[in-house]
Amino acid sequence: MSVTVKIPTQLRAATGGQAELEVEGGTVGEVLDAVFDAHNGLRDRITQDGDLRRFVNVYVSGEDIRFQQGLETSINDGDEVTILPAVAGG
Amino acid sequence: MSVESLKCKECGTSYELDASYVCENCFGPLEVAYDYSGLDAAEVKRRIQAGSQGIWRYSDFLPFKGRASDPLEPGLTPLLKADRLAERLGVDAEIWIKNDAANPTHSFKDRVVAVAVAKAQELGFDTVACASTGNLANAVAAHAAAAGLKSYVFVPANLEEQKLLATGVYGTNLVGVRGNYDDVNRLCTQLAETRPWAFVNVNLRPYYAEGSKTLAYETVEQLGWKLPDRVVSPIASGSLFTKLGRGFQEWLDLGLVEGKQPVFNGAQAEGCSPVATAFAEGWEVCKPQRPETIAKSLAIGDPADGPYAVEHARKTGGGVDSVTDQEIREGIKLLAETTGIFTETAGGVTVGVLRKLAERGELAAGERVVVYITGEGLKTLDATRDTFQMHEIDPSLESFESEFRQEVAA
Repeated sequence: MSVTVKIPTQLRAATGGQAELEVEGGTVGEVLDAVFDAHNGLRDRITQDGDLRRFVNVYVSGEDIRFQQGLETSINDGDEVTILPAVAGG
Repeated sequence: MSVESLKCKECGTSYELDASYVCENCFGPLEVAYDYSGLDAAEVKRRIQAGSQGIWRYSDFLPFKGRASDPLEPGLTPLLKADRLAERLGVDAEIWIKNDAANPTHSFKDRVVAVAVAKAQELGFDTVACASTGNLANAVAAHAAAAGLKSYVFVPANLEEQKLLATGVYGTNLVGVRGNYDDVNRLCTQLAETRPWAFVNVNLRPYYAEGSKTLAYETVEQLGWKLPDRVVSPIASGSLFTKLGRGFQEWLDLGLVEGKQPVFNGAQAEGCSPVATAFAEGWEVCKPQRPETIAKSLAIGDPADGPYAVEHARKTGGGVDSVTDQEIREGIKLLAETTGIFTETAGGVTVGVLRKLAERGELAAGERVVVYITGEGLKTLDATRDTFQMHEIDPSLESFESEFRQEVAA
């Protein structure tokens, strides 16, 4: 499955400035692994011991993955995966 | 105290004092760091007491190099001893109500917005914006108008009519988003990347949040430079709750007040209780929820400071409780009937939790409890509808007497 992953400004130093990445993967976890393979600097920034850090939100086509199956959430063709900081609002 | 830098709360990395809010190393939230050294407590106290009649009297503890000001200065709201409320609750504790509805736009949000708008101007922004559950919308629209800045205010489209009207009147760009607050917040997080605007609770959030500390300082000052034993505060994002703690701590560290951190009790609505749930379950993160409650101003299902709020409640020996919509309505009525203060649904949540603490016997005799009432009842009138009956009569003595015969005879 080919998906677009949107990278927030704060992480673009690790992607050489790229705001969007095209990767393959059947689940959110696989998609993120593909992203980390391409840009290794991202892994430690948003994960810790294999899990997402507590202030990282990931959305699949606008829907928070914590309302779905987390990293196991499956991806459909054409889905957009968005990584955003979870430290806004209130 | 001089403001030094922005610092990541998770990993400690320092950043320049500009419009940023996320750590690039670990994605943690940034917070303003100050240099306490060289501050003399007695001198600071004199400066405060000689200062303005509002939040800028605490400029030593706010994130500006100099002394900021604004035409709608909030703060120094009443702190009232509520003996009749204590009596109704059947407790011998001292109950104090900090009525923060007595601010320019009738909620505590004036404090955070005054700080954020002053910072936006210092950083050279001409437009301010926010993601809001209502009170923040009122405050951003008003303070932007007062400062002559443009504003964009994003709210869930199904917000209480009173809160929409009390925002639109200031001439802001009011944007009703078809979704809940967390959807609005996500959208604003994305917009903050592309628009050159000061989103008060996104890219200016580290400064904005500092404004809440002034509620702690005022409490101490109004209690005669003493700390409360316990505070009861509503929790939405958890920012107010944690910044109250930071405010008390700064004054303890500086020796402006003696004692220890009060016990912190947080209040949420059962229909949106991610922080109360995390506390009860012993989690270190909050599992997001889809809010379903009349307390719309607290309806944040994915609270940014949730983990810190849980941590602070635990550390101080307090807790986080939740109440039903019915208990919220009863809380509004209880406060109104015993203090003459008409609060919005968030205040009903807070008073509802106070009542729970009383019923569980957690409020000790002589203990000094401060209850934070953060918003105004006129903004959520629906919550009061059908909670009492009006006596309708003809304009005649007979009609009045027939309606009230028993009471008049007594």
